[in-house]
Amino acid sequence: MTLQAATRSTIEHARDRYPHPRSAILPALWAVQHELGEITPDAMGEVAGLLRVTPSEVEAVSTFYSMYFQHPHGRHEVIVCINVSCALRGADDIVDHIERTLGCKSGETTADGAFTWSSTVECLGGCGGAPTMQVDHHFQENLTPDRVDAILGSLRDGDSALGAGPVAAGTPPRRAFGAPGRPPATPPAGAPSAPSAEAPAASPNKSPVAKVSRAARVVPAANTPLDTPKEPDTAAITKPVAKPRTRRPSKDGQ
Amino acid sequence: MGEYKLLTKDFGATDLQTLKGYEKTGGYQGLRDAFKNFTPETLIAEVKASNIRGRGGAGFPTGMKWSFLPKDVFPRYLCCNADESEPGCFKDRYLIDQSPHQLVEGLLIASYALQVNTSFIYIRGEYHDQRLLLERSVEDARAAGYIGKNILGSGFDCDVIVHGGAGAYICGEETALIESLEGLRGQPRLKPPFPAVKGLYGQPTVVNNVETLCNLPHIVQRGGEWFKSLGTEKSAGTRVFCASGHINRPGNYEMQLGTPIRELLEEECGGMWKGRSLKAFQPGGGSMQVLLPQHIDLPLDMNAVQEAGSSLGAGAMIFMDETTCLVDVSMRLVDFYRHESCGKCVPCREGTYFESELMHRLEAGLATRAELASLADICSNMDGRCFCPLGDTATWFVMSAYKSFREEFEAHCGAGRCPVRAQVTALVA
Repeated sequence: MTLQAATRSTIEHARDRYPHPRSAILPALWAVQHELGEITPDAMGEVAGLLRVTPSEVEAVSTFYSMYFQHPHGRHEVIVCINVSCALRGADDIVDHIERTLGCKSGETTADGAFTWSSTVECLGGCGGAPTMQVDHHFQENLTPDRVDAILGSLRDGDSALGAGPVAAGTPPRRAFGAPGRPPATPPAGAPSAPSAEAPAASPNKSPVAKVSRAARVVPAANTPLDTPKEPDTAAITKPVAKPRTRRPSKDGQ
Repeated sequence: MGEYKLLTKDFGATDLQTLKGYEKTGGYQGLRDAFKNFTPETLIAEVKASNIRGRGGAGFPTGMKWSFLPKDVFPRYLCCNADESEPGCFKDRYLIDQSPHQLVEGLLIASYALQVNTSFIYIRGEYHDQRLLLERSVEDARAAGYIGKNILGSGFDCDVIVHGGAGAYICGEETALIESLEGLRGQPRLKPPFPAVKGLYGQPTVVNNVETLCNLPHIVQRGGEWFKSLGTEKSAGTRVFCASGHINRPGNYEMQLGTPIRELLEEECGGMWKGRSLKAFQPGGGSMQVLLPQHIDLPLDMNAVQEAGSSLGAGAMIFMDETTCLVDVSMRLVDFYRHESCGKCVPCREGTYFESELMHRLEAGLATRAELASLADICSNMDGRCFCPLGDTATWFVMSAYKSFREEFEAHCGAGRCPVRAQVTALVA
């Protein structure tokens, strides 16, 4: 058996909840990805057994939906929206900045296995706080390059504080992003969350979901103020040199 | 007219996300009233009388949709469509984030009216925090006796299941949503049979948008006649509009239907940013046709916007200033449809691919005039010929932009770069 008992029991619970066990395929695949960080053929076979469907039926579903991973991803997942609303407010600049900072292209994983990032045309639903990205499933809005640095930097700090040292490229550890013990990366009050001068200071629909401030839990170990944009810790990371890239001039000329 | 807070009245109240906080604002009184004052039949009649139209995009009258369910066929199912993925649309996320119990209450009222014992909330995979919030809210409501057996002593039973998607825009189409709920690939089904007759698990099924359901507690408490007095004759009530793009205050604004678009832009959104002027806007999200500055005084009314050649759709307003390249915007939207096409029918699967390849060449200034001329041909082979509306809508924005900004499109041909961007850069430099 590939899956842990807890995951199997989550899947069985979902199966018994629906009028038809097949309906539990989506929640079951989420449970698999939560444990393994990807959807493996063995796991799909096990899900099929639990839900009394054929493995091919499970595979058909897992390959249709873009949020199920068919191959290993980094410890953290960064998705940047480049659809219209975000593009109008500078998403291309954010994408360029992330590509340079992480040193790999959209869809790739950093050499240290810390981040898999991608730009997506699939609107994330954060248009009111554009440009927007999701980091480990949590919204990060009104992005500026500095704010991106603070968010990614705090995740790196959190990883080293939790003992998740650098790993060899291509072999990220078997854990799903957003798993327990990793609160969302929300910069503390005072961090550059407010957008630039032209952009509005407050969007009327801030997420009310209480987010644990990462600073409160992790920073004492890292001992670095989060609102200072951090250089990536080059000692700990094998950072590939970013290829020089011609920047597209921003439409705002900024 | 103007801003009117019906659904969003209590937003910002302390602990509105919790059951206690929601009850403090009068929450779940609508459900009590529904049990006390209505039978399922009279409740459907009341919703019909309110004239409320679906808030998901198509604007179909909700009461009429409900009345299509065949009598005496059980079990029936109700699905709340929270698979909000329309480019520019973020109202369902806002409604759930701010007041999850309002949605749960609306869902239960609709379940009672339709005599549904198992209801689903299908929420898109990207709304992870919102799904957790809803799951918690459903559990709290269950513990308080609002969900389960014999709800509030009414004799009515209802279970609610929150079902998370996994990244597929197409699952917002009601039959694809049903397929996805059944544990299949999210590909649309042939209609007829319509879901009202043969939907989830082959049973009668109603699919309603988040915002539609959030209106129900208010309709029940204040009456269909009162609700009808809001908005216009053909578009009753309020809508939560998602304003984004080149404006000073992007965000969600609940407005009475019939309010001029100018009021939304200038008063609520603070006008265009950086003192720039409006070049174009999209009134209904990524699927809908582009409108021009001369349309800014149109009322926010489904029929009026339709007559101007577009649609209010899901209520997403994307405003673009004078520096915007409409070819670039079209390219991104066409890319979106290419990415989200489910692959079931050829015109959409291949058409979005052709469109996207062409628009990329055009935006880069590499396409020839002959290639540009083929755009209309590609689109006419898609619009009205696809299996579901996704393929049709993949042509609407790009064709309307081509029509309204023909010179801009043609200037890209053979230019070797984007002429709009070049001009903006030169102006700033």
